[in-house]
Amino acid sequence: MLLERLIQIPVVVTTILLLVVGYLVVIERLLNRLPHHRQAKLRPWLWLTPALIFLSVFLLYPMLNTIYLSLLDAKSELFVGFENFTDIVSDATTRNALSNTLIWLVWFTSIVVLLGLLMTVLSEKVAYEHLIKMIMFLPMAISFVAAGVIWKFMFDYQPATRPQTGTLNAIWTSLIPNGEPQPWLINPLTNTPVLIFVAIWIFAGFCMVILSAGLKGIPSEIQESARIDGANEWQSFIYITLPLLSPTIAVVATTMLINALKAFDIVYVLTNGNYNTDVIATRMYKELFTAHDFGRASAIAVVLLLATLPIIAFNIRQYRQREANL
Amino acid sequence: MARVVFDHVYKRFGDTEAVADLDIDIEDKEFLVFVGPSGCGKSTSLRMLAGLEEISEGRIIIGDRVVNNVPPKDRDIAMVFQSYALYPHMTVYDNIAFGLRLRKTPKQIIDERVKETSDSLGIGHLLDRRPRQLSGGQRQRVAVARAIVREPAVFLMDEPLSNLDAKLRVEARAFISKLHQRLGTTFIYVTHDQIEAMTMGTRIAVLNAGRLQQIDSPTNLYNYPANKFVAGFIGSPSMNFFDAMLKESGGRMTVDLGFTELEIPADRTDRYRDHVGSRVTFGLRPEDIHHPDFPPQGVIPQMVMADVDVIELMGNEKIVYLKNDDIVYLARMDPRSDVRVGLETGTLFNMANVHLFDEQTGETL
Repeated sequence: MLLERLIQIPVVVTTILLLVVGYLVVIERLLNRLPHHRQAKLRPWLWLTPALIFLSVFLLYPMLNTIYLSLLDAKSELFVGFENFTDIVSDATTRNALSNTLIWLVWFTSIVVLLGLLMTVLSEKVAYEHLIKMIMFLPMAISFVAAGVIWKFMFDYQPATRPQTGTLNAIWTSLIPNGEPQPWLINPLTNTPVLIFVAIWIFAGFCMVILSAGLKGIPSEIQESARIDGANEWQSFIYITLPLLSPTIAVVATTMLINALKAFDIVYVLTNGNYNTDVIATRMYKELFTAHDFGRASAIAVVLLLATLPIIAFNIRQYRQREANL
Repeated sequence: MARVVFDHVYKRFGDTEAVADLDIDIEDKEFLVFVGPSGCGKSTSLRMLAGLEEISEGRIIIGDRVVNNVPPKDRDIAMVFQSYALYPHMTVYDNIAFGLRLRKTPKQIIDERVKETSDSLGIGHLLDRRPRQLSGGQRQRVAVARAIVREPAVFLMDEPLSNLDAKLRVEARAFISKLHQRLGTTFIYVTHDQIEAMTMGTRIAVLNAGRLQQIDSPTNLYNYPANKFVAGFIGSPSMNFFDAMLKESGGRMTVDLGFTELEIPADRTDRYRDHVGSRVTFGLRPEDIHHPDFPPQGVIPQMVMADVDVIELMGNEKIVYLKNDDIVYLARMDPRSDVRVGLETGTLFNMANVHLFDEQTGETL
């Protein structure tokens, strides 16, 4: 069985590779027979075709199929129209997931971007800039599941009568006399903020790296010119740095918005969506793998997709503007 | 209005001395040019004056104030950068008004001053544009407008013409000179281009390897260079240098270049007598080597035969590359001079403008 697989894999990989290479050789032969100006027009399209096929098969088709499934019932047998969508809105658990996602969108995005910006500006001013940036970027290198496990230990809760295994509660109870251990991940007042905190811990360094690349792109002479013109550090930041950095901030913010919409791993590991912490992605997962309701899961996926579309459109527009400005 | 003093100023980056013992007194209303090859410390000196670079040792004084610890915004200076450093996200109007706004100048006065300044520089019609919509010359004027609108006591310019094309550069040179006359402010200007320095400065400070070589008027720098570096740096094409031996016999003092021996004019012999018998560097500018058919007046000519290697006809003159025993040197000859590549020609060395330098130290003898 294992041996069979070991042989199968290279065979499949080589076959695909040979197919692609064979395709390119054939189209090049054919292209060479055409007049020059037509070659130039056709060649990029023909070289793009394999990639377009892969994308269509593995991205476009599933997307369209999801939209189709969202209009069918749980077992994908009967056409139910928009019933799944109206269900989502009327169902309390899904509504709760939607409102949590909204909290993620607002708080995660704004805090992570602001924190990244703060870290960027401050790390520029200290010695060992690179070392500090490396340390702050480190959480990004850890898988989200591993990060979730780390923070699960941190926020762990045991009843007051038992020894506290969670780092935070251990510190809390030992520092505050008669301090009650806090059920951070169970208390609905703290659990979603805690989850958002973990996501911020992961992504703040990433924001910082992107923002600081943007900051380095601002010519130092412009900042110096502002200083000579009479600006102090704060004025120079507000009137010069921030406006010039705004395209980068927009890119980082939209990327983080998408991350907030896609939030799954952290919630799944730390609370599994219990105690009112469900977000859109965990809800979709549950509908699909726990409730086996294909219709509703697909409908949630479609909602998620629709929510990301404006952000992606904004991102592309921003990117184009930036290119036009160069 | 202010005078500026560099009082034994040093700038060190780790072990390297970017500027060493810079000691210059710049008069009020003067147009001083720092000139030198790249890495000579001229920009660093200007940046120390602007407050963008800390001073390692010594003092810088603007007006009556030691400014070593004064931030740039309180130094009463303005600066035009090489890249102009315009604020790309602001209109021309906002670029010019920025400094005034920070100083909380009343809106109406800002408006008046911006309009007045921009009109005087011929950019009044561009106020709504953004820097990226402007040509190089227009950007440069906006940078100048931004600097003068605040009426600073000292005006600093760091290679402001190097991003312009040749024709615009000539125009901009005259424009900045006129601006200096009109404003009557102290100008301190940094350039690597000796022609800019010669045409604009009332005085020129020549720097090399972080040290001041000479500071003087353009004419004096050209006629009386303090050392071989200044002699070679000022003037274009630059001065010809020859290894030579100074000799004296039978009341005649001569300098032996190997391929020829030239007599030193009698009025200079006393000056050089101590160096007779030692090796020297003989310097003569290309404009002091003439064709025998076109000798100008007032020269002390000595005939030297040379092979013609290359000729560059400039229209108003011929730059002729001459060759003797593999030593190549240049002459600026009258365009009518009959010289041909590959043929020998007679040349007249004008001994009245000879320069001799110590072979070891490069100092003028």
